[in-house]
Amino acid sequence: MKKWLMASAATLIAAGTAHAESHAMDARIGVILSFTGPIESLTPPMGESAELALTEVNESGNFLDGVTLVPERGDATCVDSSAATAAAERLVTTDGVVAIMGADCSGVTGAILTNVAVPNGVPMISPAATSPGLSTTEDNGLFFRTSPSDARQGEVLAGILDERGISEVAVTYTNNDYGKGLADAFAASFEEMGGTITLSAPHEDNKADYSAEIGALASAGGEVLAVLGYADSGGKGMIRSALDTGAFDTFMLGDGMYADSLLADLGDYLDGSFGSVPWAEGDGTEAFTEVATEAGINAESSYTRESYDAAALIALAMMKGGEASSAAVAANVMDVANAPGEKILPGELGKALEILADGGEVDYVGATNVELIGPGEAAGTYRYYEIKDGAFETVSFK
Amino acid sequence: MDIVNALVALANFVLIPAVAYGSQLALGALGVTLIYGILRFSNFAHGDSMAWGTMCAVLATWGLQGMGVSLGPLPTALLAIPAGILGAAALLLATDRVVYRFYRAQKAKPVILVIVSMGVMFVYNGLTRFVIGPDDQRFADGERFIISALDFRAMTGLDEGLAIKTTQGITVVVAVLVVAFLFWFLTHTRTGKSMRAYSDNEDLALLSGINPERVVLVTWLFVAALATIAGVLYGLDKSFKPFTYFQLLLPIFASAIVGGMGSPLGAIAGGYIIAFSEVGITYAWKKVLGHLLPESLEPSGLVQLLSTDYKFAVSFVILVIVLLFRPTGLFRGKSV
Repeated sequence: MKKWLMASAATLIAAGTAHAESHAMDARIGVILSFTGPIESLTPPMGESAELALTEVNESGNFLDGVTLVPERGDATCVDSSAATAAAERLVTTDGVVAIMGADCSGVTGAILTNVAVPNGVPMISPAATSPGLSTTEDNGLFFRTSPSDARQGEVLAGILDERGISEVAVTYTNNDYGKGLADAFAASFEEMGGTITLSAPHEDNKADYSAEIGALASAGGEVLAVLGYADSGGKGMIRSALDTGAFDTFMLGDGMYADSLLADLGDYLDGSFGSVPWAEGDGTEAFTEVATEAGINAESSYTRESYDAAALIALAMMKGGEASSAAVAANVMDVANAPGEKILPGELGKALEILADGGEVDYVGATNVELIGPGEAAGTYRYYEIKDGAFETVSFK
Repeated sequence: MDIVNALVALANFVLIPAVAYGSQLALGALGVTLIYGILRFSNFAHGDSMAWGTMCAVLATWGLQGMGVSLGPLPTALLAIPAGILGAAALLLATDRVVYRFYRAQKAKPVILVIVSMGVMFVYNGLTRFVIGPDDQRFADGERFIISALDFRAMTGLDEGLAIKTTQGITVVVAVLVVAFLFWFLTHTRTGKSMRAYSDNEDLALLSGINPERVVLVTWLFVAALATIAGVLYGLDKSFKPFTYFQLLLPIFASAIVGGMGSPLGAIAGGYIIAFSEVGITYAWKKVLGHLLPESLEPSGLVQLLSTDYKFAVSFVILVIVLLFRPTGLFRGKSV
């Protein structure tokens, strides 16, 4: 028995050393996304996009004297904070990842940030977490995001109403971090502009009946009903109920309501309704579509561009700092993301690495016109659309 | 004139939606209560039985629509209900044969059957999603409104609109027909009487020569029919999404318990009580009072008793009060 124990211990040690040696030139990047759970259909293209950026860096051969970036996937589950924390903890302590590309849903992103990233000093760049609460979380300068905060969307929505000369609205939001955050941000901006919110009522998703909520909102009145929820869940239920009772006929829709399925079901009744959704357009977007399509990735899926940008920023920040370490990423992300410097589009990461190697400056534009503001989050471009003849039509970009 | 406006607003936002929702809950609660009364356990799989039956009806509806069959202004799904009932009956009877019969033979305690039904619930959950997927499905067609809010305003010249959806009308009519048939069956037919006898005292019923397997079979058939009809009506009125049916389980059980588990009349009353309390107590009276009171007295606030966040709390407070002061429910069902 004793011999057997000794033998296994010896094997373990030998294996451990071999393991360390073979990866001496590797830097591991955690790709923590919700591969299972409510957004499991969105995450595969997101993960592939992030890994595409890392592959591009590796293949250029210009990265830090031959260091290879190795993605390590972890499951954030979107809803289960303890499972997400455990997955991140494993990546950081066992696999030794130096930076994290993720997570996606706001709740689990916050959990990973406070429980794993901050205690271990590992920087995170989230491609999809939009809760305004994350802007003020204590992050020791370790948290960045390539998606805009909903605080910004609140301003955009208030601006749209102002443009349309609407001063009285009723609001309903999905009762979770996202809905509440967006509703609060919108209320703050709208009231600052002199608008009145007659009633802000939450709704639960997937409930049997929304007559009570609509009854109260109709009584409160308002020119339009702002629906800040999900298109295939409670948000649609609220709109259907409002249309059925004739309580409201025009709606303002938050980004969660932007879905073709909504038009397929209710398109005929939604003419004249309007809303906003994060959008990207321009050279960077086109370049990304080209690169991604070539690699066999669905570039049009949600948050693929943000994912590519998040991973690219990690690599560029390491290059700028001269080492594949957590500290280098945290210190240099803002620097490579913003002006001054040579503008870098998707597919040009090799060129960016060369410039950085020569001591030059880069301004990473990427697929989403990356511009990090405030505590390291994307300024974001929103598409203001109106529904006409059962289709989304762009009014302007904000 | 203002009193008319106030009444119309109240009808549009409280009375009509609550009556339609209450009818759907009542049909669901009837199924739960039948199982509780005759088979003696709380069937947690009822919500998902509804989803399964409705799914079969949805598939049949698509088939009929594909063949060009239509009922004109009425939804085609009404024609597909028998197919849905067949599908639900097949699944429920198969489950009974494979699962419940084993526990019945062992005379297992009700609490064990409750846990078993929970396992069955998860299996149904998966089955439904496996066939039709987790997404929202659309199968309603025909005229959407008997009268829409806009038409009503144009017709009467009132400020307030009154909308009555076709599905709301159908729901109430079908619910009345089904309930009437069920009561007639339970009180006037031999099988119905034997079901009641079996429910009252199993041993005595067996002694007097009632075939228990037959009672169980007929009960499951009724449950399949009630579940499918309730599910289709609800799906037509709102939309079909498996997860929502799972969530319907809570208000349905609340209805059955408030009315008195095992009492069909109680299930119906319970359905309406839960629906009216959810919609009524959280209603903001501003609009109605605005029409009734002179301008100087018009309320500036919403005049809302409770915010809509509490609508579920309301039905559960009613549930707790009933259980505390009248544990057998309003209509003297069996104690839970």
